Amino acid sequence: MNERQQTLFEFMQQQADKLAVQTLQHIGLTFISLFIAVLIGLPLGILIARKKQLSSSVLGVAGILQTIPSIALLGFMIPLLGIGAKPAIVALLLYALLPIIRNTYTGITGVDAAVKEAATAMGMSKWQILFKAELPLAMPVILAGIRTATVINVGVATLASYIAAGGLGEFIFGGISLNNTNMILAGAIPAALLAIIFDFLLSRVQKLNFKKIRRGTYAMPVLLILLSSFYFIPSAYGGKLTAGFTPEFMGRQDGNLGLESKYGLKIHTIVISDAVMYKAAYEKQLDVISGYSTDGRLKAYDLVVLNDDKGIFPPYYAAPIVREDALKKFPQLEKTLNMLSGKINDAVMTDLNYRTDYLHQSPERVAKDFLVANKLWQPSREGNAGIIRIGSKIFGEQYILTNMYSMLIKGYTNYDVSSKTGLGGTKICFDALTNNQIDFYPEYTGTGLLAILQPAAGTISEVTKNKDSTYSYVQREFKKRYQIKWLKPIGFNNAYALMMRAQQAKNLNIKTISNLKRYLNSK
Amino acid sequence: MIKAEQVSKHFGKVKAVDGISFEVQEQENLILLGTSGCGKTTTLKMINRLIEPTSGNIFINGKNITDEKPEILRRSIGYVLQNNGLFPHYTVAENIAIVPQLLKWDKKRTEKRAAELMEKLHLSASYLNVYPNELSGGQQQRIGLARALISDPPVLLMDEPFGALDNVTRANIHKEFKALDELKRKTIIMVTHDVQEAFELGNRICLMDEGKIVQSGTPADLLFKPANKFVEDFLKDQRLQLEFKTVCLTDIWSLLPNQHHKIDALTLSADTSLWAALESFRFSNAETIHFSKEDKEVKTIDFEQLMSAFNQYKNKQA
Ligand SMILES: Nc1ncnc2c1ncn2[C@@H]1O[C@H](COP(=O)(O)OP(=O)(O)OP(=O)(O)O)[C@@H](O)[C@H]1O
Ligand SMILES: [Mg+2]
Repeated sequence: MNERQQTLFEFMQQQADKLAVQTLQHIGLTFISLFIAVLIGLPLGILIARKKQLSSSVLGVAGILQTIPSIALLGFMIPLLGIGAKPAIVALLLYALLPIIRNTYTGITGVDAAVKEAATAMGMSKWQILFKAELPLAMPVILAGIRTATVINVGVATLASYIAAGGLGEFIFGGISLNNTNMILAGAIPAALLAIIFDFLLSRVQKLNFKKIRRGTYAMPVLLILLSSFYFIPSAYGGKLTAGFTPEFMGRQDGNLGLESKYGLKIHTIVISDAVMYKAAYEKQLDVISGYSTDGRLKAYDLVVLNDDKGIFPPYYAAPIVREDALKKFPQLEKTLNMLSGKINDAVMTDLNYRTDYLHQSPERVAKDFLVANKLWQPSREGNAGIIRIGSKIFGEQYILTNMYSMLIKGYTNYDVSSKTGLGGTKICFDALTNNQIDFYPEYTGTGLLAILQPAAGTISEVTKNKDSTYSYVQREFKKRYQIKWLKPIGFNNAYALMMRAQQAKNLNIKTISNLKRYLNSK
Repeated sequence: MIKAEQVSKHFGKVKAVDGISFEVQEQENLILLGTSGCGKTTTLKMINRLIEPTSGNIFINGKNITDEKPEILRRSIGYVLQNNGLFPHYTVAENIAIVPQLLKWDKKRTEKRAAELMEKLHLSASYLNVYPNELSGGQQQRIGLARALISDPPVLLMDEPFGALDNVTRANIHKEFKALDELKRKTIIMVTHDVQEAFELGNRICLMDEGKIVQSGTPADLLFKPANKFVEDFLKDQRLQLEFKTVCLTDIWSLLPNQHHKIDALTLSADTSLWAALESFRFSNAETIHFSKEDKEVKTIDFEQLMSAFNQYKNKQA
């Protein structure tokens, strides 16, 4: 694989189709939500300018909506609206609402009282005053609000890919999880350019003189609708079953690419974040998802793993990886971390995950319960012989593991621990390790092989034949290239897996990925 | 033509207008005069229903103004605001055309009428295509007046229309105002707190204080038959000038000696004010001036005779 030498330009050229679709979707998402936000925000702004007693409550609610973190807002939308365009548009429009309402209100209340009085005294009706005096005079302020909302929307729309609504976020988040800088930039640069271009264009509109604005007022809705329609151009799809894959899965050889090449699987696919995928499958919005074989939600949502009969998913045995200089600095460390080795198999891990993800027990509690049950737990020695920095990726299983390691280190050594949990995806975690910002984190053999080492295709198929060859390959290469040591595997294999609702899989008689393909190909 | 009966307006506890009644005849120019906060603006705005009275009734041409939709009522009443209230996003032409548009005039008619008014108000037609902020305060004031006059409404309400102008500009506008034929056939109610302006432009004056009318009458009534001390005090500072400006030669005609010398001297009409006559003596350095009453009777008068007639007149009034 010479993907590393590929330039950004080559990547963009090669992915031009996808890039165009994502850009159009992005523009579409931005402007559909903006259009609806204007439809709601403008009248609301006018209303509270008329009935001032309503203004503080309306502006207050819109203000609170805007302080909700975007990911959380998208999350709230799913139970209400499912996944895909609808919740994304609603979330975006909620963000766009505040600047539009506020500026409409400010603009209209700021119109010179003498002008309003003159208009009334000449015999204009309330509506005539609104359309002939108040709105045109408030227009520069209202446009400033729309401009702010547009820029916010272009930014937040990148997150739409989390809930299968498309947009440039697919490249950005796919690239982050795949450790592919070109892919990140191919999404981030167009997104930034869109924000800059729209901001510039709207600033020009704002500077037009009063007269042109009056005509521009009619052109605006037309333009908005036109831009909104971009979203619908690329989405003419349908199919028997719908698959929801994470951006990471989409771009991987041991993911969707392998499904296509090795199985010849063609399924209507939407891109979605791991956080909402399982639930969406449970709620029958998706039929097939790309999950992890030890995920607790598998148990919680009654899903089954399809057997990978052609073996495209390489083994993903988890083991702590440690910088060698940290092992020297903390001689007790290796022995302590290896205490977990062989203690957790797939079923145990799935159960531990189920406790945190579904029963909402804290990772500390789950970790402690496990150690106590296995007679590994010892109270902290409160040592101060140095601080070990543990990293973890941003998902539950890693939190549980880091908590176990933290308790073991505190209980069996005189070191103290600082945890840097939630380091995003593989790239962020790995970079933190090589840059000496953390000392170790739990990694998976398959990830180490495919996302970090990225060897040629021949090597991959050879070393992924069984779990031991994969392990010894990554162990050797990591030591050579990065001076990082793979300690003993913990025991479970958290590999990629395709899963379906148990009931549906049974009804359709699908047990393996080949079964799935056969079903899809049948009439 | 306009009649107010026991009209009051209370803002909470503030009695902005407190049971006032007055009547304005057709083509009369009534001035609402008084100190700041005495309720002049409130009174004016009740006539075009920008403010609804707390109690009392107002009639225009015998019809209660509440019987009509406010928008329709307002289109037949011109309104000029102190700070003109021109639409900043409209050109002068568009500003003037607002009411014709509401009345659905055709474009030609509006344009013709606008051009006519611009000329009468001494505004160059080239201003039609500029925006108000490109004009001086005095010019904006005139555009405001043109806007109010365009549909030739029978009634004109003016709230300190010349308040924002310097004295020289104001004096000029006063002159034009009096000469403007458009205004002569209108029933006008004008608010001011400038006593000079009130005496110069008003046929009758309502002097207000704390929401009530203290005295209502002709300028001469207020000057020479003040209803109480408040009226007297209100006019005290400028009394002499006001008297000179208020009294016309016709008022004291019978007190002037009946003499006509056939000499070469300036001839003035008898309906000039005493003030104007005195100015003529000063500026022309004349010993005597001919005053002619309706081109029939001519009297040749010198300065002493004029002043003595005026003093006799004042004594008679008191
Ligand atoms: N909307 C309002 N709410 C409460 N009080 C008001 C309102 N409008 C006017 N007032 C009060 O009513 C009284 C009369 O006000 P008005 O504007 O009629 O005075 P004015 O004679 O026009 O004074 P000025 O010469 O200063 O313009 C004042 O005491 C003012 O404070
Ligand atoms: Mg006033």
